[in-house]
Amino acid sequence: MSINADTVKHVANLARLNISDDEVESHTNQLSQILGLMDQLNSLPTDNVEPMTHAVDMLMPAREDVVVNGDSREILLNCAPDSEDGHFRVPKIIE
Amino acid sequence: MLSDPTTLTLAKLSELLKKRQISSEDLVNTFLEKIESQNPNINAYITVDKAGAIKAAKDADARLDAKQGEALTGIPIGVKDLFCTKGLLTTCASKILHNFIPPYESTVTSRLKAAGAVVLGKTNMDEFAMGSSNETSHFGVVKNPWDHSRIPGGSSGGSAAAVSASLCSATIGTDTGGSIRQPAALTGITGFKPTYGRVSRFGMIAFASSLDQAGPMTKTAQDSALMLQTMAGHDAKDATSINAPVPDYMASLNDGLKGRKIGIPAEYFASGLSQDVATVIEEAKKQFTDLGAELVPVSLPTTKHAIPTYYILAPAEASSNLARYDGVRFGYRCEDPQDIKDLYFRTRAEGFGSEVKRRIMLGTYVLSSGYYDAYYLKAQKVRRLIADDFKAAFAKVDLLLAPTTPDTAFKLGAKTDDPVQMYLSDIFTINVNLAGLPAISIPCGFDKTNLPIGLQLIGRPLDESGILSAAHAYQQATDWHTRSPIL
Amino acid sequence: MPIDPNYETVIGLEVHSQLRTKSKIFCGCPNKYGSDANTQICHVCAGFPGVLPVMNREMVNMAIKTGLAINGQIRKLSVFSRKNYFYPDSPTGYQISQYDLPIVEHGELFIDLPDEPKKRIGVTRIHMEVDAGKSIHEGIVGASWVDLNRVGTPLLEIVSEPDMRCSEDAGAYLKKLRAIVRFLDVCDGNMEEGSFRCDANVSVRRYGAEKFGTRAELKNLNSIRNVMRAIDFEVDRQIDLIESGEEVVQETRLWDANKNISRSMRSKEDAHDYRYFPEPDLPPLTIEQSQIDALNATLPELPDAMAQRFQDEMGLSEYDAGVLTACREMSTYFEEANQVVSEAGKKNAKATANWVTGELLGRLNKEGLEIDSSPVSAQNLGKLVALIQTGEISGKIAKKVFTHMFDDGGDPQTIVAEKGLKQVTDSSSITAEVEKVLEAHPDQVEQYRGGKTQILGFLVGKVMQATRGKANPAMVNTVLKEKLG
Ligand SMILES: [Mg+2]
Ligand SMILES: [Zn+2]
Repeated sequence: MSINADTVKHVANLARLNISDDEVESHTNQLSQILGLMDQLNSLPTDNVEPMTHAVDMLMPAREDVVVNGDSREILLNCAPDSEDGHFRVPKIIE
Repeated sequence: MLSDPTTLTLAKLSELLKKRQISSEDLVNTFLEKIESQNPNINAYITVDKAGAIKAAKDADARLDAKQGEALTGIPIGVKDLFCTKGLLTTCASKILHNFIPPYESTVTSRLKAAGAVVLGKTNMDEFAMGSSNETSHFGVVKNPWDHSRIPGGSSGGSAAAVSASLCSATIGTDTGGSIRQPAALTGITGFKPTYGRVSRFGMIAFASSLDQAGPMTKTAQDSALMLQTMAGHDAKDATSINAPVPDYMASLNDGLKGRKIGIPAEYFASGLSQDVATVIEEAKKQFTDLGAELVPVSLPTTKHAIPTYYILAPAEASSNLARYDGVRFGYRCEDPQDIKDLYFRTRAEGFGSEVKRRIMLGTYVLSSGYYDAYYLKAQKVRRLIADDFKAAFAKVDLLLAPTTPDTAFKLGAKTDDPVQMYLSDIFTINVNLAGLPAISIPCGFDKTNLPIGLQLIGRPLDESGILSAAHAYQQATDWHTRSPIL
Repeated sequence: MPIDPNYETVIGLEVHSQLRTKSKIFCGCPNKYGSDANTQICHVCAGFPGVLPVMNREMVNMAIKTGLAINGQIRKLSVFSRKNYFYPDSPTGYQISQYDLPIVEHGELFIDLPDEPKKRIGVTRIHMEVDAGKSIHEGIVGASWVDLNRVGTPLLEIVSEPDMRCSEDAGAYLKKLRAIVRFLDVCDGNMEEGSFRCDANVSVRRYGAEKFGTRAELKNLNSIRNVMRAIDFEVDRQIDLIESGEEVVQETRLWDANKNISRSMRSKEDAHDYRYFPEPDLPPLTIEQSQIDALNATLPELPDAMAQRFQDEMGLSEYDAGVLTACREMSTYFEEANQVVSEAGKKNAKATANWVTGELLGRLNKEGLEIDSSPVSAQNLGKLVALIQTGEISGKIAKKVFTHMFDDGGDPQTIVAEKGLKQVTDSSSITAEVEKVLEAHPDQVEQYRGGKTQILGFLVGKVMQATRGKANPAMVNTVLKEKLG
């Protein structure tokens, strides 16, 4: 499977990564190479194989519905690059 | 005060601490001095927490004086910089977290601290644990203490180098595709990846959630047993944590190898293995037989599919796990973003290094519309086949023995421009993660240029005891693990 | 209501229902509405590095109960997936949701329309997911703010089959679904506050066409009224497009309730590609039959069952029973009022029902009030009906009393006493009034005796007029007949 520059740009957009023209080229080459490695899987028949989503078979544990966390607004906002009046502050979002 | 306590095993230091023949504070100061002089050459630490370590050492001494010490009380350790440590910089070796001070503590480090272990600092690693050579760190490459022109392995390269160079007594690393075992092998130490779910992932910055597992990196199997005893166990904060009792690893450590059936997977000895590694592993196999084990040939036919399977699944999960680094709530934010789109695109492009970006791209691609079935779903199915291979082998044998890596440490920069070659260096470690199994790497010899070689023992799910006792038996009969690099 | 007889409308609804758990779905933060920004967040819901989700048991129970209430199949094994998209109010960059294996499938509910009772609407699926936070744009110069309080609120997404054919269907479906979640006490059903949100998928096709038309997704519908209006607007818009030879494009449209129009949300630059994959941090969710059985045993009486009981045991009409079980507040009101009537020794559920659905709802409607803010309490309405049943006041007087109760408050007995409205049941005073009337109308008496018995009504009316409505009409009748021989 090879991959072209448009696909690389599309993927970079989905992944929210700015990408220069040089990078488009290097990503195109490298991803094509890596994807080439993956094509070998096609030789393996897997029609009736159950996909494995977790490393170990286990069941979902659940917690009781109790409130345990207090208010950590100031502590978390302290980590933020920008905050204002109790909010995380970001550049204007245009809908 | 002993001449150089830093080269002693954790078990030995623990004994000396308990007997009060040494104080934790003195020990910590000795390590700190050594870090100060040696770390600039090796770059094993990103952050050294001098004040925190000395305070913790004093607390440990008080506890030891009161005869309330445990095995780890007062032991100076290093922590891979992807475990969140409350109040202490945690970067994951990435620019995007260059200023992140977590307001919470990972379960593993909180257990170690509660047992009295003293955190000296945060060890270097490949950025977001993505790499096999520790060359992708935003904070610079880590050098192999055995040869400063060579890589220490990755991604827990800083942790491995720190133990190898005796810049701490033990460290914790994480292993997603070999990131504990491979650097352990390349730096001549013991590195143990437990069963997936044995050790809590809470507070461990995620790379690939269904593969990541934390484990100890130490001088000996016995030291790993002591570390794991405290690290392991169910954690209600991690839904994938196994809810099963943790056995007493020290109690079974001397169980020996008599009568144990050890499988030798043919595929691990096929072409690609370097001559020196092949020779050394042959020697080790003989040693295991001498110790009473029965070697049985087995086959894991899907071995060759592990790399492509892994490089679909791990980047896919990573692409999603790394979406939270957006410059909104923590970490790096690009200068003067024009709008929200600019904030995202530039923060991420500037904050992530090239290997991380490559994997995000790859992971995004294999999950994207039209490719999911061909790549992601296919890889999940092959993952099942790989796990089934191991299951079949473990119906016949108790353990598997294999080389940890096909070759010894390569030169810095040798593979940085060739991701595929880089990825292939994990060929012997990756399937273990895909199957969720426990495995250890222990030193078993050296190549002609005096670079360490590692041997891998893979066990059944939750059979950490069996692996540790086998490794311990080997280390009782050999002295490879006692060799240290000359600094 | 068919807008153009040549076209058929096809509507499917997606409802997001916020569950009333105490804590959030994956962390221990409180799940409540209206706190100061970011005061109920922790490192887990705020998506900090290294944190992990742990499932809230009660959410699963609520999802199962809702599934049982709509006759859905509860999956014994369901799976959480990640839906990946970037937005500042989604801190992890993905929403934990269910995708191909939701907890409930193949449900149904029945809507009551005046001309089509018990119309079946299929419910394709119900799945569990987390809510996002809020971005705030207005009034902030050069920036937006992010409030993560709502992140991690447990949501049920309830997806209907495209079984609805007009806005009335959609309104009735939402009312019934809202009644169910309220009866179950899993959601407060408040559309204005956003705890019960609806998106509508609307398309039109020519009658007889097999394929569905291209659909538009309508959003920002914060009341049932707005849902219905937006659908009507959209149907008109799509038919106009088709009639003028243009094409309907698949898009998301936002309803503007002030202008009564919808506008297209600029289609996102990148087509949605959510890259769903199984959530590796959460093992599959398995549910035992015993858990389902236990929850089934705790289900309260639901609207349809209650309506049936009202018909079977109280003799109410199907329509009245439907109206009285439209929401929990309504049925509670009715049952409380009816209890008062019964306690007065005069069982008459039909009379109570008539008063609730007629006089009370009529007046509430006029004033734009909901049943739970009725100025007349269920107790007082019950007392009023009891006064009629015991013959203390006539129905006509009762309407006057009701008006006083609604406008000025107070209980009916006091009002009757204070205003002197008590019905005259004293036979001697009625006899006296009857005699006066007979004396004053000799011609009519003559006619009655001559066989024109229908003249009796006129005479009764005269007696009632003379007593200003207070005489007991039944007694007036008896006495008159007696005197007329
Ligand atoms: Mg949804
Ligand atoms: Zn929270």
